[in-house]
Amino acid sequence: MMDLAQYLAAALILLGAGFALVSAMGVLRLPDLYTRMHAASKAGSVGAGFILIAVAIVSFDLAVTLRAFAGIFFLLLTTPVASHLLARASYQSGYRPAESTVMNDLDAEFQTHS
Amino acid sequence: MSLLLLTFLLSFIWALITGTFTLLNLLLGAVIGVAAMYLLRSSLPKPKAPSQIRRILSLLLLFLYELMLSAIRVARIVLDPQLKKNLRPAIVAVPLDVKRDAEIMLLANMITLTPGTLSLDVSEDKKTLFVHVLTLDSKEAVVADIKNGFEAKIREIYEDDLGN
Repeated sequence: MMDLAQYLAAALILLGAGFALVSAMGVLRLPDLYTRMHAASKAGSVGAGFILIAVAIVSFDLAVTLRAFAGIFFLLLTTPVASHLLARASYQSGYRPAESTVMNDLDAEFQTHS
Repeated sequence: MSLLLLTFLLSFIWALITGTFTLLNLLLGAVIGVAAMYLLRSSLPKPKAPSQIRRILSLLLLFLYELMLSAIRVARIVLDPQLKKNLRPAIVAVPLDVKRDAEIMLLANMITLTPGTLSLDVSEDKKTLFVHVLTLDSKEAVVADIKNGFEAKIREIYEDDLGN
């Protein structure tokens, strides 16, 4: 039982680290801030979530397990707010989306307000 | 009744965060919880009916599933050697049916954590949500996805509130 939990936790940590790596690669490879926030917000929070689940499984301590789940909850609550604010702040301060952007409904709206 | 439940919940969360499950610490959590509720008494939501709790749970499950799909999709896009060619970023205006700030916030947050979409801004009249899409197929598909998925579920949860 103990062994099984440890293998499971090891697999989850690898998976989480993999997602974290992919999210870092996404930040490097994608063309502009808006597309980069996709990689940073999603793959990043899922990666950290998997690692916290692994901690919860392997600790065998109710207090640690519950806190790991509280960590996941707050992570999922705060990550989208942070990435939304970053994207919104950059748009309002005039950072243009990459050339490859195919459609921009916000552009018309933005120009009438400024 | 529901205030009692909320007090228990808050004291439990307090014990969780401080990490010690002793009677004294739970009592301290309850006292802090009651104080917090007293300060926030005007903005506390109305008690939820059991059917609403079931809908909230179903929304939570849908959300976790979509989050998983989303992470896998972003990973595949990032790892694709032909990244530049397949990427079709776009900013799409999605008309909003939900009205209240809380609903818009919930929807915007969920959109950010689901496949290929990131909420960017809400128009000043709160009728349009601007969403950044990573790989655009068609504007209609994106709008229909959001309207039939999360927005429908969120409206289900809040509908009962209006009836009361």
